[in-house]
Amino acid sequence: MLEIIGKVDKVIGPVVHAREIDKARMLDLVEVGDYHLVGEIVKLDRDRAVIQVYEDTTGLAPGTNIYSAGVPLSVDLGPGLIGTIYDGIQRPLEVIRDSSDQYIQKGIHVSPLDREKKWQYKPSLAPGIGVSGGEIVGTVQETVLIEHKVLIPPGVAGKVTWVIDEGEYNVDETVATVENSDGDSVAVKMSQRWPVRKGRPVRERKPLSIPLITGQRVIDTLFPVAKGGTVVVPGGFGTGKTMIQHALSKWSDADLIVYIGCGERGNEMTDVLIEFPKLIDPRSKRPIMERTILIANTSNMPVAAREASIYTGITIAEYYRDQGYHVAIMADSTSRWAEALRELSGRMEEMPADEGYPAYLPTRLAEFYERAGMVQTLGGDQGSISIVGSVSPPGGDFSEPVTQHSKRFVRCTWALDRQLANARHYPAISWLDSYSEYVEEISGWWEENFGGEWMDLRRRIMDLLQNEGKLQQVVKLVGPDVLPDTQRIVLETCTMFKNAFLQQNSFDKIDMFCVPEKQVKMLQVILEFYDLGLENINKGATIHQIKKLEVTSDIMRMKFSVGNDEIEKIDEIRDKLNRSMQRIAEMFE
Amino acid sequence: MTEKNLKQAREYVGISQVAGPLVAVKGIHNVGYNELAEVIDPDGNVRLGSILECSEGAAVIQVFEGTSGLSIPDTRIRFRGEPLTMGVSGELFGRVFNGLGQPIDGGPAPRAEMNMDVNGLPINPTAREYPRKFIQTGISAIDGMNTLVRGQKLPIFSGTGLPHNRIVAQITRQAKIIGEDTSFAVVFAAMGIKHDVAQYFIRNFEESGVLEKVVLFLNLADDPSVERLVTPRTALTAAEYLAFTMNMHVLVILTDMTNYCESLREISTIREEIPSRKGYPGYLYSDLSNIYERAGMISGIDGSITQMPILTMPNDDISHPVPDLSGYITEGQIVLERDLDHRNIYPPIAGLPSLSRLMKDGIGEGMTREDHAHVASQLFAAYSHVKDVRALAAVIGAEELTPLDKVYLEVGDRFEREFLSQGEYEDRSITETLDIGWSVISHLPKEELYRISEEELNKYYGK
Ligand SMILES: Nc1ncnc2c1ncn2[C@@H]1O[C@H](COP(=O)(O)OP(=O)(O)O)[C@@H](O)[C@H]1O
Ligand SMILES: [Mg+2]
Repeated sequence: MLEIIGKVDKVIGPVVHAREIDKARMLDLVEVGDYHLVGEIVKLDRDRAVIQVYEDTTGLAPGTNIYSAGVPLSVDLGPGLIGTIYDGIQRPLEVIRDSSDQYIQKGIHVSPLDREKKWQYKPSLAPGIGVSGGEIVGTVQETVLIEHKVLIPPGVAGKVTWVIDEGEYNVDETVATVENSDGDSVAVKMSQRWPVRKGRPVRERKPLSIPLITGQRVIDTLFPVAKGGTVVVPGGFGTGKTMIQHALSKWSDADLIVYIGCGERGNEMTDVLIEFPKLIDPRSKRPIMERTILIANTSNMPVAAREASIYTGITIAEYYRDQGYHVAIMADSTSRWAEALRELSGRMEEMPADEGYPAYLPTRLAEFYERAGMVQTLGGDQGSISIVGSVSPPGGDFSEPVTQHSKRFVRCTWALDRQLANARHYPAISWLDSYSEYVEEISGWWEENFGGEWMDLRRRIMDLLQNEGKLQQVVKLVGPDVLPDTQRIVLETCTMFKNAFLQQNSFDKIDMFCVPEKQVKMLQVILEFYDLGLENINKGATIHQIKKLEVTSDIMRMKFSVGNDEIEKIDEIRDKLNRSMQRIAEMFE
Repeated sequence: MTEKNLKQAREYVGISQVAGPLVAVKGIHNVGYNELAEVIDPDGNVRLGSILECSEGAAVIQVFEGTSGLSIPDTRIRFRGEPLTMGVSGELFGRVFNGLGQPIDGGPAPRAEMNMDVNGLPINPTAREYPRKFIQTGISAIDGMNTLVRGQKLPIFSGTGLPHNRIVAQITRQAKIIGEDTSFAVVFAAMGIKHDVAQYFIRNFEESGVLEKVVLFLNLADDPSVERLVTPRTALTAAEYLAFTMNMHVLVILTDMTNYCESLREISTIREEIPSRKGYPGYLYSDLSNIYERAGMISGIDGSITQMPILTMPNDDISHPVPDLSGYITEGQIVLERDLDHRNIYPPIAGLPSLSRLMKDGIGEGMTREDHAHVASQLFAAYSHVKDVRALAAVIGAEELTPLDKVYLEVGDRFEREFLSQGEYEDRSITETLDIGWSVISHLPKEELYRISEEELNKYYGK
């Protein structure tokens, strides 16, 4: 129940100072003023409090009441989350739209889950069994792709005394009762609430060993991320951060995607809303919207709710992880979240550290990324959360605090390069500045699935790229003509690799997604071009003879001429390459 | 009497402090954050202001028309009990307003169909319609490589002395949707620009016969700088009414956003807020978003707001906070380049850093032409290589280049002279633009055109 806990004393934008506060706790959810604007207590000092308000405070006057139910900011977790688009504090935007006009008015209170909708529920426990938090009581087919597992809330343990029959129920239904060790009966509902700022418990953290396959060649082959891993994607405006996150949402092999549009464009969310229901997942053949949850707190929506959106997103992700799913979170952009933190901190007149950011920025970043990982759930299943966070450095300068601190807490960086983006080489992931610490951990998976070659192929092409980087320094000074052909073949191979392999067009029907088998084959062909080319040059052939080969244009186009279901065509290209190179070789025999 | 009327009726005599454009008052009844205040100077003139900070019985007011002439004991304050609003109707056309939305053309206040809060509200992303209608501007560099679509926000990043005004004037003259005869209504908001620049635009609107479909909001260089903070907001309020209530397609020109940002910095500095980069407040990004995000389309409504903000990059520095944060919010940017301008290339639109993020959905078969995406991509790739070759040529001399790179040099020149360059009154169709693009890249050997498909090569290469 809401009670009056104090009065507004002062309003400075989204920050409200309160007086005559009693019975409030840190991080309690409150409602402020006549419009009942939603806010959260972020500072307490005797009978005064500071509140960050999640809605526009225009018109809010000192002297008005502050209400609270004494609970922290929490999310509703239950069937119906998938396919929904929420704002930063889990208000469903479609419901808001249907209840007003095109604008988000303030003071709107709507339930995150549809409380009327009936779900077909199937119990999976019988009375008499001993249970504890995180175990599955029953299931609901939430979408064709996701079977929703209704869990005993963490912290509850005891003996099941009653379970509901299979049937259609809404999310507020009690589906089982558990008698705990004190002899109290606890009702387990189809949905539960969880405070967003507190990570959900797991049984144990596990090592990472499976890659998150993204279908993006530069990522999967050069800078892979593991399921349960963390990545930052720093890049100036227009370098392709959002496109990468959209591509991963569409094509990665996670079971579920939580996409957080944090302080970014409204149209980008609209784009997702229009496109995702139409896009078919290549593995399950179902619309990818059936595995997507969207959080949209766009740049023009209230800044405090932007700060909260990251936590809302990750808590939802944890809930599905606890059901044994592999969840990937896209956070676009973590810089806007950090800026929200800075704005609120500034308005509270806290001492700033680097570039006006509060001194606790690194701690908050670390806490966020630590919520990723591969785990054994309380229920004994295996689940994971991978986080891909984009960073928007001012002026594209990676030495700024958010990029620097984030890099300390993640193990993979896809550094976007302005020059590549300008040349429309997308994804503009720099092969020199990016890195992944997951390569070793996931190499086993590749070798198991695609033969023992992967690590070796990858190492060879990385070496060539490094070598090319050095040769380019020379070329910049004297031009390529002075280099011996044994070195020019390195340049040619790398140019081919960049154009034919690394560059991947998200708008091309075939190229937008590339299966791992095709990646391996493409890489093999390109390296074979190098090996045979070099062999021939050593026999006396010239670089021009090799460049002139007609098969090079087949190699250049194989990414969009060979579909994911006809990769044997690459073998034909490889045969053609061998024949052509053989013909040159014969000339020097 | 309602609470609002009660608030409006009360008048407080005397203020406690004046600092720059800010006035502090005490001993008042409680007022709401961001609401409007009337500040009445000793001569009885009413100036408007908004409440930046309010606490028990006190408030800080930012006075839009400046504080000169205000005295502590004789200044009187009245509170409106609501934020700044603008009265809107179809009668706005042809009228000239100041930044606060008050007429300055000598005419009476236009009839108001309704009063709208100038601060606007965030558009619900689920209510948006994704913009995808190609606008032909007749300028090759834009139509061919950085396509504008209806409902997009596409700024011009310029520098002092570069011809951004001429380009925007050309766009307003030529912009059209192929196959539709609806023309654009124009809302023009001037922030701190010179009189002659405003005159230039007005003359242009007159010449092209669109003046009766233009609404002007002028805050010129010698007008109060704080008023600049509301100018884009009143202008966009008018635009929202025209677009979403009257179902019109509105082109909003905001110039110059750099002046706007400077006013914001001024207020922030006086309030002793913690600055982020170059003295600009940490909330500059959010503040700009509240302006730029008011562009777009709403599903189920015919109208649209297309935004073309102009901003000058201090020192031509694209990493300066104003262009940088703008680029992070807008849907691309048209960047002007001084070097091209020096070489008398008009429009001097930089080939590589310019970008239209909404291009992908507005081009292709049925909209422009099936080869558009690939030609554009190939032009970008080729021009990018040209830049490298030029850099190399500067070191080793053009004679030392490989034969292929020599061809690239020529292609670079042709790109700039034939594709980029055009007359200020030259209105190219998209087909002409793409054909010129082909004639430029056809100088390269086929193997170099790896971003173009076989069929397209067969159809257009060298034709
Ligand atoms: N993989 C890609 N394929 C094709 N175009 C891309 C790709 N990545 C980026 N782009 C282009 O770059 C533009 C900017 O990308 P975006 O992801 O929005 O940048 P950011 O989020 O870093 O500002 C896009 O609108 C698109 O035109
Ligand atoms: Mg982005």
